[in-house]
Amino acid sequence: MSETLQTPPVSSGKPAQPGQPDQPDQPGRVYQIFREITTGNAIISVLAVLLALLVGAILIAFTNEDVQKASVYFFSRPGDTVVAAWNSVSGAYSALFQGSVYNFRKPDFASGIKPLTETLTFATPLIAAGLGVALGFRVGLFNIGGRGQMLIAAALGGWVAFALDLPAGIHLVVALVVGVAGGALWGGLVGLLKARTGAHEVITTIMLNYVAYYLVSYLLRDGFLKTPGSNNPQSPASKPTAVFPDLLGPTYNLHLGFILVIIATIFTWWLLSRSNLGFQFRAVGLNPHAARVAGISVDRMYVYAMLLSGGLVGLAGINQVLGTSTSGFDAGIDSGIGFDAITVALLGRSRPWGVFAAGILFGAFKAGGFSMQAAEGVPIDIVLIVQSLIVLFIAAPPLVRAIFRLPTPGQKTPGAKTPRKRTTTPTEVVAS
Amino acid sequence: MKLELRGITKRFGALVANDHINLTVEAGEIHALLGENGAGKSTLMNVLYGLYRAEEGEILLDDVVQHFAGPGDAMAAGIGMVHQHFMLIPVFTVAENVMLGHEETGFGGHLDLPAARRRVTEISARFGFDVDPDALVEDLPVGVQQRVEIIKALSRDARVLVFDEPTAVLTPQETDELMGIMRQLRDSGTSIVFITHKLREVRAVADRITVIRLGAVVGEASPTASNEELATMMVGRAVDLTVDKSPAEPGAPALVVSDLTVLDPHGQVLVNSVSFTVHAGEILAIAGVQGNGQTELTEALMGLQPRVSGEITLDGSSLRGHTVRKILDAGVGFVPEDRTEDGLVSEFTIAENLMLDRSHQPPFVKRFNVQLSFLAKFAEDKVKEFDVRSQGIDTLVGRLSGGNQQKVVLARELSRELRLFIAAQPTRGLDVGSIEFVHERIIATRDAGTPVIVISTELDEVAALADRILVMFRGRVVGIVPGDTPRAVLGLMMAGETPTEEGAAA
Repeated sequence: MSETLQTPPVSSGKPAQPGQPDQPDQPGRVYQIFREITTGNAIISVLAVLLALLVGAILIAFTNEDVQKASVYFFSRPGDTVVAAWNSVSGAYSALFQGSVYNFRKPDFASGIKPLTETLTFATPLIAAGLGVALGFRVGLFNIGGRGQMLIAAALGGWVAFALDLPAGIHLVVALVVGVAGGALWGGLVGLLKARTGAHEVITTIMLNYVAYYLVSYLLRDGFLKTPGSNNPQSPASKPTAVFPDLLGPTYNLHLGFILVIIATIFTWWLLSRSNLGFQFRAVGLNPHAARVAGISVDRMYVYAMLLSGGLVGLAGINQVLGTSTSGFDAGIDSGIGFDAITVALLGRSRPWGVFAAGILFGAFKAGGFSMQAAEGVPIDIVLIVQSLIVLFIAAPPLVRAIFRLPTPGQKTPGAKTPRKRTTTPTEVVAS
Repeated sequence: MKLELRGITKRFGALVANDHINLTVEAGEIHALLGENGAGKSTLMNVLYGLYRAEEGEILLDDVVQHFAGPGDAMAAGIGMVHQHFMLIPVFTVAENVMLGHEETGFGGHLDLPAARRRVTEISARFGFDVDPDALVEDLPVGVQQRVEIIKALSRDARVLVFDEPTAVLTPQETDELMGIMRQLRDSGTSIVFITHKLREVRAVADRITVIRLGAVVGEASPTASNEELATMMVGRAVDLTVDKSPAEPGAPALVVSDLTVLDPHGQVLVNSVSFTVHAGEILAIAGVQGNGQTELTEALMGLQPRVSGEITLDGSSLRGHTVRKILDAGVGFVPEDRTEDGLVSEFTIAENLMLDRSHQPPFVKRFNVQLSFLAKFAEDKVKEFDVRSQGIDTLVGRLSGGNQQKVVLARELSRELRLFIAAQPTRGLDVGSIEFVHERIIATRDAGTPVIVISTELDEVAALADRILVMFRGRVVGIVPGDTPRAVLGLMMAGETPTEEGAAA
């Protein structure tokens, strides 16, 4: 019916040009697919990253000393400023690339590829925690208790790793399970509070972050996590039987944790898109009223979701203790991953594989940020700014759409004004 | 004031919501704009009110072309609008609401409330509205709130008044009063545009009728046209408004509700010791004005209300105090009154919505895995059986029309083995074609021997479906009367008056 109703702009025989959404020549299938990509969420994520890198480039240029010097005589020789700016930006971003993917200055492939393995190592906990936060998002829960859940997981799993004597293999599995369970319980507590009392998870997770932080600090100073005979608030080193084995040999830092997050991603994907629990999760996340009327226990779903969310974040915590810093941990073991996970989940659009990709991107920022600072003297804060801007752009999709002139969803013709009151949407009339 | 719309065309992308619409409303005339939901009536009025900008066409007031950039311009030109959903602030008084947006202020921004109060008193005296300017809007009955909306428009010297589906929230008596007001306004020279899809009201009050279908004017009709003629113009094909229904063959009592009381979290009584019985193979309609406890009653039956006392038994076993899950599993089918809020997940596909309340058991789920191929086949079957118009089972339900959404809900609930079927406002906001379909399905369910409860605020629907009618008022049962009880008696009962001899005979 829409075919008969619409009066498309007269086609001049040109093929549809995806680059020009303002003039859709053929409002057919190609255009529809294009629309789905542009108005869909994935493209916004990609564009947000690009935009953030662009703003980052401007900041790099402005903070560069050569640029500042050249800009003094900008009006007599503007070329100098431009060249200096180009040099600073290209230098910084190529250092970022060489520090995170492949280092061309190294003689052979084996050492050249090391930055990529670093990226994956950094990405491992980000993906795990990102999956946890994303799972919460899909159920309509804002889990910002990543820090607390990671700390509890690290503390309990870490204790198993340094205090118990178990055969190799079994020791690792026990430490892993205990750590994940710790995170799950710390998260599940939030779900239980929400289900039973209606306490908002944002508040309870923040408060439990403090509780976990000071609890673990205390335990490291005076409790069962303390290193005997030491005054440092730091735990003993994990026993070798509980440490994640390296995947590519001792030259690289990449360890078993990365395999575990791949499994976790597959599990989360299955859970959300194939299992009936995930079906109920999504129903509750999208419309808790309808879920309740359909006999789904919304409260129970909140508890389950927070258990699973906390467990996934706990995987990130235990990954730190058994994989990344095995020589003992302090109360800063989460190193901000619990919060970065929110960013990763947002960038990944709360889709498991999206989170996986976003985690790797952020891992690359972490790995490359250091070499950018070392090689070019670009402050690592730039990387943090870029990360923050990514989230800012994602949180304001209309802004990104406006910058790139993308069509707004829910509106068939780009360029037309968005109706202020949605009384008669096109689909409704067409369908009725 | 004479209003003229010439060739108004409004497009939303590829879709033409208004296609060269011409409409002339003479001064002192009630002009009804009749059309189904989604026909483009509201779009047209939003163009008139300056909320939308039309791509083509012009608006003339007393033969002068107008250019409205927003509602402010429209108001200044003398156009007033009474919205379907009132634009009132509940915690403000009538006078404050009336002055809102064009407050007169004295020294230092001091509000000139007395002037607003005088305004309200003067207008309500002129039309006999009986509205206290100092009453809080939230304390007023719906019908009076609507009058406040009218006063608001009149206080801005509106000489063209648009009523957008004004009777949806009113009792039959309030509707009659509103029609009286409309006539009075007309006689004082105001032009009135009356938007509706209710045929009876159009015929009762309109001087002229313009019918709109799919964004275009189909034609004019005279108020003397029959319901069938109007409906045919509206839908574009012959419509049978009467539902074919054989007399009920009630069987054994199935649902027995005794002394059911529902309290809200603050202890306020919402449903007050209600008792009734529904037999197998009959339709009990629960009638009443919106907000008299019907919603809470159905929620209590479904296990959705926390504070319920009394007894509910279905085929001898108690339902009270059970979870929603258990009640659904006991064979109760439920069409909630707000389908987008409570009945469907609009970001889910048709297929996913069809398994929404069966996500815990075979055949839809085996060992935690959703049986996607079974679901797809099931959904294909149901989409065909219930004639859900869509681009496929993977269409998001939020993109369907109201009628098709309701068909999805019905398909889901009626494809289970039912021992009781509860349909709350099953045709609210639906087009005539879908209403026919829904009614047929409900009667088919009854004829299959299932006890059915239909909750409706529309007397037409109650009359069409009910074998017996239970009328509720302020949480109580006013009476249970036979299905053929006259409309006037039902109207009185809905206002709380106990039925006279003939009604009480049931």
